Amino acid sequence: MTTFSKRTALAALAALPAAAMFSGAARADIEVNVNRGDVQPLPIALPAFGGGPVGADLAGVIGADLQRSGLFRPLDPASFIDRDLNAAVQPNYPAWQKINAQALLYGQASSVDGRLQVDFRLSDVFAEKELLGQRFASSPENWRRVAHKISDAVYQRLTGEKGYFDTRVVFVAESGARGSKTKRLAIMDQDGANPSYIPAGEGVIMTPRFSSTSQEITYMELRPEGSKIYLLNLETNRRESLGDFKGMVFAPRFSPDGGKVAFSVERGGNSDIFVMDLKNRATTRLTTDPAIDTSPSYSPDGGRIVFNSDRSGSPQLYIMGADGSNPKRITFAAGRYTAPVWSPTGEFIAFTKQTGGDFHIGIMKPDGTDERILTSSYLDEGPAWAPNGRVLLFTRQGAGGGSKLWSVDVTGRILQPMPYPGAGSDPAWSPLLN
Amino acid sequence: MVTNRNTGSALRLALIAVTALSLAACASKPKPSYPTTQPAAPQRPVEAPRPQAPISRPEPVSQAPLPGSERDFVVNIGDRVYFDYDKYSVRTDAGPLLDAQASWLKRFPAVQVRIEGNCDERGTQEYNLALGARRANAIREYLVAHGVEAGRITTVSFGKEKPIDSGSGESADQHNRNARTAIVSGARMQ
Repeated sequence: MTTFSKRTALAALAALPAAAMFSGAARADIEVNVNRGDVQPLPIALPAFGGGPVGADLAGVIGADLQRSGLFRPLDPASFIDRDLNAAVQPNYPAWQKINAQALLYGQASSVDGRLQVDFRLSDVFAEKELLGQRFASSPENWRRVAHKISDAVYQRLTGEKGYFDTRVVFVAESGARGSKTKRLAIMDQDGANPSYIPAGEGVIMTPRFSSTSQEITYMELRPEGSKIYLLNLETNRRESLGDFKGMVFAPRFSPDGGKVAFSVERGGNSDIFVMDLKNRATTRLTTDPAIDTSPSYSPDGGRIVFNSDRSGSPQLYIMGADGSNPKRITFAAGRYTAPVWSPTGEFIAFTKQTGGDFHIGIMKPDGTDERILTSSYLDEGPAWAPNGRVLLFTRQGAGGGSKLWSVDVTGRILQPMPYPGAGSDPAWSPLLN
Repeated sequence: MVTNRNTGSALRLALIAVTALSLAACASKPKPSYPTTQPAAPQRPVEAPRPQAPISRPEPVSQAPLPGSERDFVVNIGDRVYFDYDKYSVRTDAGPLLDAQASWLKRFPAVQVRIEGNCDERGTQEYNLALGARRANAIREYLVAHGVEAGRITTVSFGKEKPIDSGSGESADQHNRNARTAIVSGARMQ
């Protein structure tokens, strides 16, 4: 692991449509459907971009992004026939048709006044049509972010959905034996690159969550003397506590506008949901039931909150107004439901479900219908949404083993470990970077 | 500053007397009739006897826990009680141990304690934090009902963050569903 270093020049990235390139195209003939679980990944050719080693590195990062999405299958460069690709001329389409590439992504990196400039084009090989042509420029050390921006552009052009590649993941890096684990706050790019620790406190760090509007997170620190909830700005490294409460505080999560934090406060053994307005620090109590009420998560419009309660006798999911009004149970199937998270699109609620001896990550519509179980293992928990609402991160722990970060898409078809070699838990996805 | 040699030796004498007394107390103290360790744990296989060391070394002199010390509380009373799955009600088999905790705490009124609620890993993090808080509070209420001043007891939940048994399966889970009465201050030094 590397030590924490402040990321530089986050704002220095600019996307410019290349003037000479074809733009405003109608939807492509090729199309990738993110909702179907039975699709074959789209064969895409990604020859190394021109411009030396950075060109090859760019194509490598983009190819890995697209492959991990499960929707694309980058073709083996050894099969390529057309070796004279040039961003200035039209590709030799028949040569790409011959190897059954459906899409072709090619580009050119160059250095302009000390800055990295990357032009790229995306083509529909069989329609012999250019779908997208763009230019990105940034400081050279930000080349991975340029690659992720291109991945996002390709994903969006071919699926019609926003991408999630130019993002980061905050998580809890774990080390040491069970029972005496060290849990430290950490952050990395969504593809596992650039992992670094974030100074967050000496206690056990748990449940970091991103604001959906800024590079700010909230998390809890657990110490023998009690717990605290913190806000941490990742750009300034400024950290502040939500304040001192009588009893435990836990399960923090931002409202969609980033202006509030909902969380649980425990008093005399009873946990209820409260919300703090971050502008004036006013705290409002939302639930008063003597049962456990925890894990609040806002709907994207900020109007409702899904939460976990055992008021029926076992942990189930409930929805109430953001002011605590009209709590209504939404889960009735057999099993124990916890850790609900509303998707950023509003389409689904993800949750952890326990049935028999297994734990599952699942999704359902916000009214509790159309439950879809996506994973099953000894212990899967804590789903966290990608900003486009198509992929979930979660923690998987084997019996007696360490915790690892995993991801699954909303179809359940694309299930894989995160490309992070260490033990980790509690992943949370950033919004798309600017 | 001038020390009074007489006072010094008197103190030393008093300390020896206390140690002798506590040793005597321990020797004559009957074993508690209730389990002071975790209940219902399956028996571990008995280890094969090791070969005798060729040269016998003198046995170390073990010091008996000083009454009112943390070790006295842990060894002679027991600091943990156990819970059923997803439950926070005090089990009947935990009653005698908690009664003994309450008596001990009343006997040593300077002691402040923190009840730490723990859960097994068959639940999710946040729910378990809430469940552990319920367990800690249930023990606190029990001790208060048995005469310990409420102001001497704080509570915390560790959820499933501090398992005492790193195995998996029901035996480990049972061990990890517990509440520990941790002495924070006021105990006599060992």
